[in-house]
Amino acid sequence: MSDTNQLLEEITGSEYKYGWTTNIDTETAPKGINAEVIRFISQKKNEPTWMLELRLKAFRHWLTLEEPRHWAKIQYPAINFNDIIYFAAPKPKKQLKNLNEVDPELLKTFEKLGISLEEQKRLSGVESSIAVDAVIDSVSVKTTFKEVLAEKGIIFCSFSEAVQEHPELVKEYMGSVVPYTDNFYAALNAAVFSDGSFCYVPKGVRCPMELSTYFRINSAGTGQFERTLIIADEGAYVSYLEGCTAPKRDENQLHAAVVEIVAHKNAEVKYSTVQNWYPGDKDGKGGIYNFVTKRGICIGNNSKISWTQVETGSAITWKYPSVILKGDNSIGEFYSVAVTNNLQQADTGTKMTHIGKNTRSTIVSKGISAGKSNNSYRGLVRINKGAHNARNFSQCDSLLMGDKCGAHTFPYIEIKDKSAIVEHEATTSKIGEDQLFYCNQRGIETEKAIGLIVNGYCKEVLNQLPMEFAVESQKLLAVSLEGSVG
Amino acid sequence: MLSIKNLKAGIAGKEILKGINLEVKAGEVHAIMGPNGSGKSTLSNVLAGREDYDVSDGQVLFNKKNLLEMPPEDRAREGLFLAFQYPVEIPGVSNINFLKTALSEIRQYKGLPPLDTKEFLKLVKEKQALVEMQGSLANRSVNEGFSGGEKKRNEIFQMAMLEPTLAVLDETDSGLDIDALRIVANGVNMLRAKNRAFVVITHYQRLLDYIVPDFVHVLYNGRIVKSGTKELAMELEEKGYEWIKELAPAV
Ligand SMILES: Nc1ncnc2c1ncn2[C@@H]1O[C@H](COP(=O)(O)OP(=O)(O)OP(=O)(O)O)[C@@H](O)[C@H]1O
Ligand SMILES: [Mg+2]
Repeated sequence: MSDTNQLLEEITGSEYKYGWTTNIDTETAPKGINAEVIRFISQKKNEPTWMLELRLKAFRHWLTLEEPRHWAKIQYPAINFNDIIYFAAPKPKKQLKNLNEVDPELLKTFEKLGISLEEQKRLSGVESSIAVDAVIDSVSVKTTFKEVLAEKGIIFCSFSEAVQEHPELVKEYMGSVVPYTDNFYAALNAAVFSDGSFCYVPKGVRCPMELSTYFRINSAGTGQFERTLIIADEGAYVSYLEGCTAPKRDENQLHAAVVEIVAHKNAEVKYSTVQNWYPGDKDGKGGIYNFVTKRGICIGNNSKISWTQVETGSAITWKYPSVILKGDNSIGEFYSVAVTNNLQQADTGTKMTHIGKNTRSTIVSKGISAGKSNNSYRGLVRINKGAHNARNFSQCDSLLMGDKCGAHTFPYIEIKDKSAIVEHEATTSKIGEDQLFYCNQRGIETEKAIGLIVNGYCKEVLNQLPMEFAVESQKLLAVSLEGSVG
Repeated sequence: MLSIKNLKAGIAGKEILKGINLEVKAGEVHAIMGPNGSGKSTLSNVLAGREDYDVSDGQVLFNKKNLLEMPPEDRAREGLFLAFQYPVEIPGVSNINFLKTALSEIRQYKGLPPLDTKEFLKLVKEKQALVEMQGSLANRSVNEGFSGGEKKRNEIFQMAMLEPTLAVLDETDSGLDIDALRIVANGVNMLRAKNRAFVVITHYQRLLDYIVPDFVHVLYNGRIVKSGTKELAMELEEKGYEWIKELAPAV
């Protein structure tokens, strides 16, 4: 054990692969937040008046709120909201011929990130492809496979475009799940949100490919405030993926997103995140503050929303992807792996609100802490009066590596209906010396062994991810824990 | 192949091995017997390189290399295999994946490319047959929920897959039913080869009916107090350990 502790002391922090910057001209809003800046953003996006009005309303509300700093188990210095640039858009080097043309510099950026913006038609057909909406700083630079999807009536575009092209849908649904009054960061987001993705799957349509958004922060001093809205109409199905990275910087950058999902009768939405924002260095310098509000509503009967997240990045992660189970027989799921190393902090979990009858929710959370990090699960299961026969099963496991990190579990349960069955299981374990030795004895070195054991530990969650993401995540987990031996 | 000279080792400040001497040549099978707590598992753990143990004196050469200087994974890659007395469970990691990783690491160490999936699966099939192991066990998580006997059989399966030059079997026969015992012994016998040696730790002479050893040693109180051939095992079975204790130097 003493030797492993020594190894622990030598934590080098994982090599963050995505820490580079693209050298592009950017157009930015002046630093700080005020009505002028909000008008600037709205004008840049050529928004209709109703959208600007909405932003300003949210902004005025935000001014009355205080930054929530105390209830979550995270620590950071107060954020100076006037020291942030709220809008940054890459400026193309030359005049582009048409809307579909993308600055080659940006194409290269995404290529380097392993994201293809080419619509390669594979021999096996489009089924094996993934449609991508690529967002850099405050704007979406390209959305692929739009036409193919449009043939099925599926709308997949940037949020900005949706505001222009599908105002009726945006007006109807935006803020219907996460109103700007919801919380401090939701209000801020509603005021200054930049880009994000919009997706509408019409009645009875199964989306034929995975949809995804790739978020990239590039500019210094900026915040990213994206907004995503997914609507699955009656009987529709869509699986949606989200990935994110950012350059290495000594300063902290704020990322405050809002994601809203609406599932109508018999519809199903699967939302998967692989979050790999820059986590800061081993001394806790720099990194992204990831303060995100994600919520879905199962508004129709027999609908289902499933969140899967693999959180390895960010200096601070603060998010609770939730489901409001309004329709009868609706299902909410939350599968999460949160890894913290070095001085990272994560306070994450979910909220399942049971309103309809026979509603079911499943929560599987795997927290892995290494280094001097802190990792908390915080979850609320609420069974409202009238939610007859509601069921919840929660499993919250924590894995500790070494003795300098922390794992905490805060399960809240509120039951207003006697017929409910709520089960909660929690375990805390350490990576066993005997497991590591067993691997060593078979010729597997300790670092690899940890990767293997951790991936095994998270299997239930990783199994929920689409194949390509699962493989990527396995590698990511191993890299995130490099240098941490327990 | 393995040469242990005056090996002294302990744990938590307590000396357990008090000067072990043992020579194992390629092609040989050595059996080690001895009462509970005499240091048999300690010896195998020290050979395999478990960190908790402190070696205070002595020397161990494995294929002419200083074994005690190597990290445990390199000992394994050099061809040392330990079948654990208590095999460890690794939830969520399939046996197959585990072995594929292990085999690649060992091959890489030897400068060999990893087997492709087809070759690997062929090898799995072949070795499974050798230990008459059900295919479903190979696909399950490493030892998780395995019965005691299944765990032991899995150790032999792993040994067959990794093809070590020296295998130390720590009470692999304990907890096996009669059929499983025969299967495990068969597995070992089929792996017996000119360039491979076995150290078999056991409490029961019965195993040695199946795996016939070249030498039998009695470990008592951290020392090998008597060595002989397979007849010694029968004598122990008959007389117990009392008479052996008298052979040990007074403490
Ligand atoms: N972690 C430890 N701390 C203190 N003593 C230990 C520790 N591990 C083993 N020992 C002691 O070392 C001695 C030898 O143990 P070992 O497991 O090597 O015996 P063994 O010969 O394999 O016995 P068995 O036949 O029961 O398997 C025992 O007295 C045991 O209690
Ligand atoms: Mg033992």
